[in-house]
Amino acid sequence: MKNFLQPRIIMLASLICLGLVFFFPLWQITLEAAQFPGGLQLHIWINKVSGSEKNIVQNVNILNHYIGMQAIHPESIPELKYFPIITYFMLGFGVLTIWLNKTWAYLSWFILMAVLGTLGIYDFYLWLYDYGHNLDPMAPIKIEGMSFMPPLFGEKDLLNFYVKSYPHWGGVFLGLSIIISGLAFWRKRRAVPKEKASYLSTN
Amino acid sequence: MNMKNRMQFGFWMLFLIAFTISCDQKDSTKVVEGNAAEQAYVAPGEYDEYYAFLSGGYSGQITAYGLPSGRLLKEIPVFSQYPENGYGYSEETKPMFNTSYGFVPWDDSHHIELSQTKGEFDGRWLFVNGNNTPRIARIDLSTFETVEILEIPDVAGLHCAPFITENSEYLVSGTRFSIPIPQKDVPIDTYKENFKGLINYVSVDPEHGHMELAFQIEMPGFNYDLARNGKAVSHGWSFLTTYNSEQAHSLLEVNASQKDKDLMAIINWKKAEEYMKQGKFTERQTSYFHNLVDESTGIVESKERTLTKILDPKELPGMVYFIPVPKSPHGCDVDPTGEYIVGNGKLSADMSVYSFSKLMKAIEDENFDGDIDGIPVINYEAGLHGIVKKPGLGPLHTEFDGRGNAYTTFFISSEVVKWDVETKEILDRQPTFYSPGHLMIPGGETRKPDGKYLLAMNKITKDRYLPTGPELAHSAQLFDISGDKMKLILDFPTKGEPHYAQGIKADKVQPNAVKFYDIEANEHPYATLGEGKTKVERDGNEVHVYMTAMRSHLAPDNIEGFQVGDKVYFHVTNLEQDWDVPHGFAIQGATNAELLVMPGQTRTLVWEPKKVGVYAFYCTDFCSALHQEMSGYARVSAKGSDVPLKWGLNEELRNNQQAAHKFYDEAKASADASK
Repeated sequence: MKNFLQPRIIMLASLICLGLVFFFPLWQITLEAAQFPGGLQLHIWINKVSGSEKNIVQNVNILNHYIGMQAIHPESIPELKYFPIITYFMLGFGVLTIWLNKTWAYLSWFILMAVLGTLGIYDFYLWLYDYGHNLDPMAPIKIEGMSFMPPLFGEKDLLNFYVKSYPHWGGVFLGLSIIISGLAFWRKRRAVPKEKASYLSTN
Repeated sequence: MNMKNRMQFGFWMLFLIAFTISCDQKDSTKVVEGNAAEQAYVAPGEYDEYYAFLSGGYSGQITAYGLPSGRLLKEIPVFSQYPENGYGYSEETKPMFNTSYGFVPWDDSHHIELSQTKGEFDGRWLFVNGNNTPRIARIDLSTFETVEILEIPDVAGLHCAPFITENSEYLVSGTRFSIPIPQKDVPIDTYKENFKGLINYVSVDPEHGHMELAFQIEMPGFNYDLARNGKAVSHGWSFLTTYNSEQAHSLLEVNASQKDKDLMAIINWKKAEEYMKQGKFTERQTSYFHNLVDESTGIVESKERTLTKILDPKELPGMVYFIPVPKSPHGCDVDPTGEYIVGNGKLSADMSVYSFSKLMKAIEDENFDGDIDGIPVINYEAGLHGIVKKPGLGPLHTEFDGRGNAYTTFFISSEVVKWDVETKEILDRQPTFYSPGHLMIPGGETRKPDGKYLLAMNKITKDRYLPTGPELAHSAQLFDISGDKMKLILDFPTKGEPHYAQGIKADKVQPNAVKFYDIEANEHPYATLGEGKTKVERDGNEVHVYMTAMRSHLAPDNIEGFQVGDKVYFHVTNLEQDWDVPHGFAIQGATNAELLVMPGQTRTLVWEPKKVGVYAFYCTDFCSALHQEMSGYARVSAKGSDVPLKWGLNEELRNNQQAAHKFYDEAKASADASK
C-alpha cells in the first residue's frame, strides 16, 4: 500500500490523467430544442471540435448563421494546434520529474500545469465571448441587445435553445491531473528528511 | 293483388328492408367492443410495433403504415411516376421506367414480398410485381426507395408474382394471361395450339439483392394466378394455382368457370436447378430491361437483356406436376410447418387442403390420373389432407398464426374465418366491411408468424366513411387475433387498391434506417461538393447548372444568359448532412415536375424555356425559418442574344470561368507592369 503513495507513482497517475485528454473531450456544450430530440452535443477536445453526430459542426453553423454568429472552423482555431504541443511538453516534463524525483520539480510541474489549465479556461471563455458577441450586422435574425454567448459553466436560454455547458471527461481528467500532481508534491515534501527540507527552502 | 293488398305488401316490404338495414348496422357496430380503441392507440411520440407495407394496386405504388395505429408513414413510389418528389421525372430516375415497350410510367402493383432468411423476414428488401407491363421491383428498406426494376419477358399480366423462397433464393412468378411465345400475329381463336404460359425464376443476390432472370419454365396455356413456395419440409418446391384450364379466350367469367376443378402446378425448383446446371435448357432471343440504381451516384442504369433460358417439362421429368383444385382457385398458401398447402377455390363452396408428404408419396408411387402436355396430374384424393366443408363463399387468401390456425378471407360472404389446419374445424368467423381480398398477419406466410394482429383488406367501403363522390377509398381492418375469437379493433382507409401486404416487427427495419446520404460518397458526375464549386456551363444549346442547396439559399440564385430553345439541366446537390432536411427545387415553366433532393444527394431537372423573361425558382420543402427566402431568378433572352452567361449569389454576377481567368490574368499583368 505504501508503494502506491510514493510520489513517483502518484506523479505517473497524474500523467496518465493528462494523457487521457487525447481520448476524451474537455468540454461539452449541449443545445436542446423541441425539434432536436436528444439535443445537439458539441465536444471541445484538446485538438478538435466534434459532437454527437458526424456533421455536428456544419449543422450548428447552419443554425448559427441565422443570428449572424461566425461559423466555427476548427482548422482556423490555432489553439487546437498548439494546445496538444503544450500537453506533449507537459507530459515530457512530467516524465523528467519522475526521473529526477526532486521536490522542486514536482512543485514546478504542479504550478505550471495549474496556470496553463486556468489560462486554457480563460482562452475558452474568450472564444465563447467572441462567438456570442461578434455578430454579423447583416444577420437575418437580429434581436436588440441580445448576445448569444453560451455559458462557460452552467445553463442558459438562448432563443429557442436551452444551452448547457459543462466539463466532459477530458476536463475532469485534466483537473484530476493537476490535483494529483499537487498530491505528489505534498508526498515528496513529507518524505524528504527535515534538514533536506530546510536545504530546499534556502535554495 | 288489389290496391289495398298492394299497399299492405308494399308496407311490409318497406318494413322488411328497414329491419334488414337496421340489423346490418347493428352488426357492423356491435363487433367493436370493449377496449378496442385502447388496443389500436399509439400515443403521440410513440412508435408502432409493426411496419405494414400495402401494395397500391392501380396506383402502382406501395404504402407503409404503422400497426396497430394504422398511421400512414410513407407512400413509396415504385411503378408510377411521382411528381411529388420527381421520381420518374428527374434525369437520374427516368431510366427506372425503361422497358422493352419503351418508357412505361405506370403499372398495377399487386403482391408484396419481404426478403427472408431461414424462413423468416430479415427486413432488408421489399419486392413487388408490376402486373400490366410484367416487372418486379426491389425496394431498399434502409432508404424506403425503389432501387431496381427487372422486366420479365414473354409473359402477360405478371399477377402471379413475386413469391419468395425461404432464403430469398428466388422470386417465383407466372403469367396471368397465356400468349403466343414468341409473340406472333395469329387468330385469337387459335389459343389452344398457339398460346403458352411461362413460370419464371428470378434469382436474388444474397449480398446486394440484385435480381437476375435465372430461368423460365414453359407451361400449358392456362392462367397462372398466385403462388407460394414451400418452407421447412417443403423447401425447394413451388405451388402455383391456375384458372382457365378450359383455355377460354373470350367471356372468361363464364367460359373459364365450367370445369369443376382447375389445377395447381407443383414445381421442384431444386430439380430445375439441376437441369440448369446440366445445361438442359434452350436459349431464346428476346428483349427485356434491367434497371438498377448505382449507389455511388444515385443514377439508374438501364440495360437491355436479350437472352432467356427455357426449361421444358415435357422433356425434363420430375420437375413439374399438376393436381386438381376446386374451381378457379385464387392462390394457395403454405402453413408455417411447410406440410399443408391450402387451395383457395374462389368459386367453390369447399376448400381443399393438401399434404406435402402425401403429395411426395403420390409422386413416388406414380399415383397419376394421366397427364397434360406431358405433365403428370397427381390423383386429387392421393394428395389431399382434407376438405374444409362450407367455410364461407369465395375463399381468396389464407394466412397462419403459428398456433395451428388458419385465417381465410371470403370475398362473397364478406368475412374472415378462423379454422384449425389439422382438424379442418371452423373456430370463428367475423364480418368485414366489405368484401375482403387479401389478409395479412405479420410473418403470416413465414415459418414464424407473429400471431397478434390480422389485417383484412377490403375492396368495398360504401357507407363506412364520409362519402367522396363516386370513387371511394378501399379500406383495411385490423383484428386482434391473440384470443380465441377475432376482435375488430381498427378500420382505416387505404391508398389505391391494396392487393396484398406484409407486416414486420419494426425493430427489424428501424435500426437500418438511413438518415441522409454521405456527401463525401457522392460520385454523381454533376455533383457540386461545396458552394465554391457552383458554376454554369454552356455546350451548344445545352446548359448545365451546378447548383447547391443549403439552409436557406440556392447557389447560384441569379443566373443570366439562358436563351429560348435552350435545354437547361439543373443539377441540384443538397449539401446538408442532417436528418430530415430535404430541399426542393421548382422552376416556373418546367413541364415535368419538381425535385425533392435528400441531404447529400444530387438530382437533375430539365427545363426548356420557351419565352423571353425572368423566371423564379424556389425551394418547395419548408426547410427552415428562412425557407420562403430560398429562391432565385433565371433570365431568359432571345435565341442568339449577346447576353453573356453569368451567375452568382449575393455578389456581382460572375462571368463564366474563362472570363474569370481573363480578369485574373489582366490584373496580374497590370500589377507586373507597375513593378
